Amino acid sequence: MGDRGRRMVFVTVGTTCFDALVKAVDSEAMKEALLQKGYTDLVIQMGRGTYMPSKVSGSSTLQVDYFTFSPSIADYIREASLVISHAGSGSIFETLRLSKPLIVVVNEDLMDNHQSELAEELAERKHLFCARPQTLREAVEAMDLTALQPYEPGDAKPVVTLINKFLGFPVG
Amino acid sequence: MMNIVTTLQKDRFTPRYYVAALTDSMSLQKAQVYEQSLVRVEADKEETLENAQFMQIYRSREVGQSYITSIATTLLATLHAMWLIIRIRPQVIFCNGPGTCIPLCASAFLLKVVGLGWSSIFYIESIARVKKLSLSGLLLYKLRIVDQFIVQWPQLQQKYPRAHYAGRLM
Repeated sequence: MGDRGRRMVFVTVGTTCFDALVKAVDSEAMKEALLQKGYTDLVIQMGRGTYMPSKVSGSSTLQVDYFTFSPSIADYIREASLVISHAGSGSIFETLRLSKPLIVVVNEDLMDNHQSELAEELAERKHLFCARPQTLREAVEAMDLTALQPYEPGDAKPVVTLINKFLGFPVG
Repeated sequence: MMNIVTTLQKDRFTPRYYVAALTDSMSLQKAQVYEQSLVRVEADKEETLENAQFMQIYRSREVGQSYITSIATTLLATLHAMWLIIRIRPQVIFCNGPGTCIPLCASAFLLKVVGLGWSSIFYIESIARVKKLSLSGLLLYKLRIVDQFIVQWPQLQQKYPRAHYAGRLM
């Protein structure tokens, strides 16, 4: 990581168990697609999942590494040229704040899948790409990074002004 | 939540009590780090530390817990919340959605109804909710327990007209 000429893809599932995503990025076809796009390294943060990705990849030359948890996820995102993340809002906004291209993969196994709402809304606004585990490879092949719009971070001041107004504090 | 706390005028909102679920140590840790940073800025250690307290509350129901035992734990969580509200007597409550805020808001609301306390309750819905409110949010909205209901997406405000929208926090 950090070497000139290396382009790392960072996959993160946060504190969840999302084996379907780890499996999807571990496939030969997926690694081939990433190589085609010019990526050289694949780092997988697999969280509570039990599926072990293979470090050696058959014919491809993509460097693969994985780990379960790390206190420095932000460092990996900073180093990455592309982030593939679960749909948790923490991971999404951390990646957008660091202005990294992002593909959010929605976990369809979750019972109350409200998380797809956020990913789909931000995808509609062209801040990221949204996929499912089974459509991830097509999403990688089809993605056009120049189509992405930079994300303008939110601002707490208007909300705090609203709160102050309601409580009768002078605003200003 | 911390985006709001860091933006609030600290002299107006003092002292601050942070409450999180017993199983959620991350949130309180974040709050503690922030309050510590205030101490350094103001170089007035004792006074500022007195201004912030951190406490944990029982969860009504853990993910995957059976419905029968959750009746008992909900009762315990509610009594605990009531005790905290009576002890703290907050004038302002901010909450951002996890189920733990329901017994706290309900207790504060009950004290208002019986005239034993008065607090303004603000609920800030998660940014992850774009089209539908969370279950906690929906309950507090429908029961009109909170004074100001804030959402982070305009389309959600259109669906729930009593809610306020003032931009995103993240």
